[in-house]
Amino acid sequence: MADNNAAVQDNDQPLLMAEGLGKTYGRLSACRDVSFALYPGEVLAIVGESGSGKSTLLQLLSAQLAPSAGKVSYRMRDGVMRDLAALGEAERRFLFRTDWGYVHQDPVLGLRMAVSAGANVGERLMAVGWNHYGRIRDTATSWLERVEIDIERIDDAPRTYSGGMRQRLQIARNLVTEPRLVFMDEPTGGLDVSVQARLLDLMRNLVSELGLAAIVVTHDLAVARLLSHRVMVMKGGRVIETGLTDQVLDDPREPYTQLLVSSILPA
Amino acid sequence: MTAMIDISRAEKTFTMHLQGGIELPVVSGVTFQVEPGECVVLSGPSGAGKSSILKMIFGNYRCDGGRIGIRHQGALVDLASAEPRQILSVRRATIGYVSQFLRAVPRVATIDVVAEPLISNGMARPEAQERAGQLLRRLNIPERLWALPPSTFSGGEQQRVNIARGFISDLPILLLDEPTASLDAANRAVVVELIDQKKRADVAMVAIVHDDEIRHLIADRIVDVTSFASAA
Repeated sequence: MADNNAAVQDNDQPLLMAEGLGKTYGRLSACRDVSFALYPGEVLAIVGESGSGKSTLLQLLSAQLAPSAGKVSYRMRDGVMRDLAALGEAERRFLFRTDWGYVHQDPVLGLRMAVSAGANVGERLMAVGWNHYGRIRDTATSWLERVEIDIERIDDAPRTYSGGMRQRLQIARNLVTEPRLVFMDEPTGGLDVSVQARLLDLMRNLVSELGLAAIVVTHDLAVARLLSHRVMVMKGGRVIETGLTDQVLDDPREPYTQLLVSSILPA
Repeated sequence: MTAMIDISRAEKTFTMHLQGGIELPVVSGVTFQVEPGECVVLSGPSGAGKSSILKMIFGNYRCDGGRIGIRHQGALVDLASAEPRQILSVRRATIGYVSQFLRAVPRVATIDVVAEPLISNGMARPEAQERAGQLLRRLNIPERLWALPPSTFSGGEQQRVNIARGFISDLPILLLDEPTASLDAANRAVVVELIDQKKRADVAMVAIVHDDEIRHLIADRIVDVTSFASAA
């Protein structure tokens, strides 16, 4: 019982926090004054048009870009909140290799195209110290099954895969180390609609089964509705509206959000 | 206070920025309570704000004023001012909502659409599917359809899937938006039975029904929404 309470309390502590976050390029401000807290198991969608600053924000949050203002802190596995800018190289590596996943829109950026699918998944395990070939292969196999890739194809390189299969392989590669937080940049962009539906369904199940926290950048409100609990709407580098996903999409307040919602073509 | 739902002076106005900022007052001064085991039916003509009130109680529409008190895990939560995380927790453990239309997730089998609320609350998949099957059978959805996604079903079938999904959990509050609208007499009777069962389990319900006969069968009390019309 006591343990149980401790776990609940743990979930009441933010996993990641952004405070007054901003990025300027010379006089151009790509993103400014963004503050929010993300909790364990929570999926946050960042929506907006191209140029709204959502991709810059994702890069700031995932420590790939240094902020011009503000800071991002992350709760490490020891429970201590740390400023990402102050992390040492070993800690950064731990985050990138183990505790975080990053799903790129273009799977070519997140995969090694010339090595086998099994190796793509196994590589992440070897990077965290796994060295037993049989166990690595078994784990890779079970992950390919989970993302619905025919295990007959485990020794084929992803360059022989279709776009949808590549994206599912990228997801397996990211999730195999059991990260606590996954960043996704337009994860369904560039895929056929039928392939998108399958991928969304798969991601939705994996995120809820694994209790993952995720930050998903998308310009597609249907993706936000299906995957996220909470949404932030960005325009001109600022967050203009935020709230529960169905609340923001069904009862949008800001003029720009109303425009976005009313621009969806009926199926 | 024993009420499960305690709404006081709640109000809602839509501002349509794309139509030159027109203000559409929907409701104001919404005040009523719902006790455990009681079914309150909202009445009033179309456009009076019945669905909006239901959506405000679910936290789907924001509230511009007043209070929406919900008894959640022994404490009172005001949904009008709650954080998104609190609203999600209330939806997981306290309030279920049967909307008029099924928002189908592509590719998910009917049996899993119905079982999902139980699974996300921690029940093992086989047990949840077993319960989903019982409910689908009761609502006359033939077993051969269970493995198919409901997006291809008829309107009435989709509504019954939606009802099964809404009724499967043991949540203490249930909101029903025209649960019998496109059903035949036999299936309407099943829904009335399900509502009766929920009453005996002390579930507090708020419903919108246009059918007089059904309203008569399920309503313990009627709240006339026209009295909450905004003075525009």
